[in-house]
Amino acid sequence: MIMKTYVRPMGWWWLHNPFYRWYMVRESSCIVITAYAVILLWGLMCLVEGRLAFDAWRESLASPWAVGFHLVALPLVTYHSWTWFKVMPKTLPFISIAGRRLADRTIIVSGVVAAIAASILVFLAIFVSVPRISP
Amino acid sequence: MKRSSKPIFWSLFGAGGMLSALVGPMLVFVTGIAVPLGFLLPRETMSYDRMLAFVASGFGKLAVLAVISLFLFHGLHRMYHCLHDVGIHVGTVLKAVFHGLAIAGTVACIYLLLAAGR
Repeated sequence: MIMKTYVRPMGWWWLHNPFYRWYMVRESSCIVITAYAVILLWGLMCLVEGRLAFDAWRESLASPWAVGFHLVALPLVTYHSWTWFKVMPKTLPFISIAGRRLADRTIIVSGVVAAIAASILVFLAIFVSVPRISP
Repeated sequence: MKRSSKPIFWSLFGAGGMLSALVGPMLVFVTGIAVPLGFLLPRETMSYDRMLAFVASGFGKLAVLAVISLFLFHGLHRMYHCLHDVGIHVGTVLKAVFHGLAIAGTVACIYLLLAAGR
């Protein structure tokens, strides 16, 4: 027998406190990260299907809806990135160098620097791989 | 005692979180904004021939698999935990659905990459 118990309604509990509002902004990044992976997977599927299908996928990426989605996704993924490094002192095991625990600030700064460096590297790798069109 | 699957899915969530924190914003910018609009990068950056050559290489296969699979594991694992925050009671079934979707996406990705590399 399943007993029916009282469940307190939750409503929009996170709206009342700025800390929880930002928490929900961070958590909502999972929706765009998943959707982004699905878009890429769909692109890969079109790539395997052939030139026609892949060009149609590329065309759909240029539609206002797709560009709008990515414009919303960009700040959300960036916020995820910032929060990911901000909690890293708590998610990493303690790191000790010469008997002293690595400072929280050092961990956060290293994470952010690594992300900026990796992003620049990715952009440059793509940028130099594109054949330049001679004027 | 039954072994928990938690460490496996948490590791995949963590790996996806780290990868998306490192290069996520740049990838979204390049594939979703810059290339489709021809802004900073030409639209031909993601032409059929270039992308086919990319996934034909070992590095390209690994990169595409890492991004798609780990982003799925990260996003869907976090989504599963978000259900609790918005008042949806989660159980084994929903857990299996969310992790199952990530696994299905990964399997599809591997299959497509193998098909594309020939």
